Amino acid sequence: MSIKKVTQHPTQNEALIFERSQPGRVGYRLPKLDVEATNLDELVPAGLRRDDGLVDVPEVSEVDVVRHFTRISTWNYSIDLGLYPLGSCTMKYNSRLNEKVARIPGFAGLHPLAPAEESQGALELIYRLQEALAEITGLPGVSLQPAAGAQGEMTGVMLIRAFLDERDGEASKERRVMLIPDSAHGTNPASAALAGFTVKTIRSTADGITDMDHLRELCAEGGVAGVMFTNPNTVGIFERNIKEICDTVHNAGGLVYMDGANMNALVGVARPGDMGVDVIHLNLHKTFSTPHGGGGPGCGPCCCTEQLAKYLPVPRIEKKESGEFFLNSDYPASIGRVKAFYGNFGMMVRALSYIYTHGNDGLKEATEAAVLNARYLGHKLEGTFAKPFPSDGMHEAIFSHKNQAKNGVVTLDIAKRLIDYGFHPMTVYFPLVVEGAMLIEPTESVGRADLDAFAEAMIDIDREAREDPELVKNAPHSTRIGRLDEAAAARKPVLRWRPDMEAAGKSA
Amino acid sequence: MLAEIGLGTAEELFRSIPEDIRLKRELNVSEPLAESEIIAAFEAMAARNTAAVKPSFLGAGVYSHYSPTIVDHLLQRSEFFTSYTPYQPEISQGTLQYIFEFQTLVAQLTAMEVANASMYDGSTAMAEAYLMAQRVTRRDKVVVLDSVHPEYREVARTYTQHGDLEIVTANFDAATGAGGDLSALDDKTAAVIVQSPNFFGSVEDLTSLAAKAHEVGALLVVVVTEAISLGLLKAPGSCDADIVVGEGQSWGIPAGFGGPHVGFFATREKFVRQMPGRLCGVAYDKNGNRGFTLTLSTREQHIRREKATSNICTNQGLIALAATIYMEAMGKQGLAEVAEQNLQKAAYAKKKIAAVEGFSIPFSAPTFNEFVVRGPKPATEILESVREKDIIGGLALSKYYGGHDNDFLVCVTETNTREQMDNLVSALS
Repeated sequence: MSIKKVTQHPTQNEALIFERSQPGRVGYRLPKLDVEATNLDELVPAGLRRDDGLVDVPEVSEVDVVRHFTRISTWNYSIDLGLYPLGSCTMKYNSRLNEKVARIPGFAGLHPLAPAEESQGALELIYRLQEALAEITGLPGVSLQPAAGAQGEMTGVMLIRAFLDERDGEASKERRVMLIPDSAHGTNPASAALAGFTVKTIRSTADGITDMDHLRELCAEGGVAGVMFTNPNTVGIFERNIKEICDTVHNAGGLVYMDGANMNALVGVARPGDMGVDVIHLNLHKTFSTPHGGGGPGCGPCCCTEQLAKYLPVPRIEKKESGEFFLNSDYPASIGRVKAFYGNFGMMVRALSYIYTHGNDGLKEATEAAVLNARYLGHKLEGTFAKPFPSDGMHEAIFSHKNQAKNGVVTLDIAKRLIDYGFHPMTVYFPLVVEGAMLIEPTESVGRADLDAFAEAMIDIDREAREDPELVKNAPHSTRIGRLDEAAAARKPVLRWRPDMEAAGKSA
Repeated sequence: MLAEIGLGTAEELFRSIPEDIRLKRELNVSEPLAESEIIAAFEAMAARNTAAVKPSFLGAGVYSHYSPTIVDHLLQRSEFFTSYTPYQPEISQGTLQYIFEFQTLVAQLTAMEVANASMYDGSTAMAEAYLMAQRVTRRDKVVVLDSVHPEYREVARTYTQHGDLEIVTANFDAATGAGGDLSALDDKTAAVIVQSPNFFGSVEDLTSLAAKAHEVGALLVVVVTEAISLGLLKAPGSCDADIVVGEGQSWGIPAGFGGPHVGFFATREKFVRQMPGRLCGVAYDKNGNRGFTLTLSTREQHIRREKATSNICTNQGLIALAATIYMEAMGKQGLAEVAEQNLQKAAYAKKKIAAVEGFSIPFSAPTFNEFVVRGPKPATEILESVREKDIIGGLALSKYYGGHDNDFLVCVTETNTREQMDNLVSALS
């Protein structure tokens, strides 16, 4: 066993904050009330006031809170610790500069309903980012309102729906089929359902790309509103027939939605707008390095053709000839608002800072490095792990557990064993079309030495799978807790702390 | 590295992209800039947001509250902000534990049984509540009071426009500024949706609204846009609400021109399998060590696809962390005290403004930290003249409501000093 990157070291145990609470402790001080207090009963009748004394809400000191969160933070893996090769998630470095500029008081303290003439800088920032994303995608209509990728998808398919409803009138009812590849993200069909579409699944070929014959067949069946596909697709392969896919769907009267989750393989190299795509969403928290934050916030801009732009969410941020920026809600055909105010503005500040940091050639260079890193890793591992498709990948490398499964070691075991080697596992069991899928996306934020170390760890694990499979199947061995019994957790879910929680959980 | 994989140039990495769709020119974006240049450019833009640094009485869904220093400090631990969704629980216990604490705190403050790991914001949480009420009751109509935040109602309309849900908008009571005409409520109704304090700041009588809804088998959905109010007002769960959704921005999150904020979603335990969004629960390893893991994920899009309870994947994890730190730092006493300060200060300002000649308070219902003022002329003109004195005086209701030209919404929080309020009063006089 040769573990190279981690050594075990003690971490502090830490209870839930509720278990730490001591009556009477406080961790705050407010200024004294500077107005005469009125009897509460005169302001809000007792029947409308809280009378439970905020039971069980914790009482802790400031240092209690600081230690609490500092201790539990050390139980997390993070990008700043090392390679975080989650396929489809683009875990690239999150620059501290972006954090700094997002906290400038003129941005952080600005109320969204402040008069537009006193919010010109924020509107300008949104406008500049819109312009940059239009250029990067080749799609001129941009809304930054969607809060995350899934909401960007929903927005995008709703644009398609609005377009078809206007073009076809009543007959649009006959056109409600959204074609989605079997390898798609689960959010795609879920978003399509919100726009009132039913889903038909397109098969992939043995090459890992869209089966054109099947696509044509599905289009011939009629009723096609559009297609939602990811490019490079979710196995990391560029859909080389992309123009033909777009033409086929367009000829069938539908529109083309592209899931932009994998734009990190394309920025500066190719633009969806030039491929025939009608609408795309981007994930600023993937491609444009805004932090993932343990699950969010994201920002899921929607970019579309001129033709679809009038359906984008309102308000839109526009520039007058005078140079003044303003909010324009005068788009009667708009699908409406998808979020209160203007979206996750703080993420837009960070993304624009990222774009300015890289600049025109830097953005392309990042793409090249991301693809090169994935190809290099793919090359290093292909003798050891089964490669499900012969084609060259782009920014991700995909493998299956086929070789290791012969010894009873499956993808989950390999992933858990990687933790012992000091790496975050890759994306596992996605996409569903590859049995025991391992989807690896190193991103551009990693050097050759770390790629080599990761490849060595994977190759070591393969050896362990043959020589000592139990070692792998019982991994991880170095973490503060072992594999959790998730089935038991779901059978009798304990979703909040209560004074008697411990007993309730154990009886599950 | 290129040579090792058998390639000569970086261009060859992109061989699988057909030649005719490759970009043959440089992107037309900025030249790369140095840190100092970016800071200067962003500070120049931020400086044009003059409203950000002025005394302000704007609320309407986004509130200015003091956030203890440790909130932003702890948030910036890179173990939190540079980690992903906790799909590998063995190395994500930090994230999972704070999600569990967030769920617990939301459940405690709303007095509901369970809460999820967060939604995008209050508006989308409300839209999801419409859809959940429809699933739970198998009924296709909701009745929403028009005193619910207008932008929230717009978002809910967007989310539901292609389903078979009918939305009936009920008028609020023009005398009290609370309650309203619920005559549309019938046994086909899935839910009544009410905001408290509502958009006009009025505190709703949730207990009686719950009774009315339950009488016809409908759910009561309560929307909270000012989470600080939960420290003082009767919790929706104690009023028999079935779903409580809202915006957690008040829990220590900067206004940030409208986001990122954090939505919350709480309900009864019996509805948990119909909830949208992620849930974190307790789990044990084989040695009996307690840990936390994402659970009940068969509701979610990555498993259930088009039949999922929601399409949400990424949520507002880091902002939920900020809210959790805020609630814990303030604690039982702080959450009560800050709520009372908001109430007292707003009462002071309300009384003073009502005493200015030509100004009145049009609605009689009790208010929390926001209230409507009726002026002697169009509110936009009044606010414009107040702004000449460098005060953002509030929000003209005409932005969202017809027939209320002279009305504006004033919000007072613990961050507004007596001096600021007195200055506002003199500016109005």
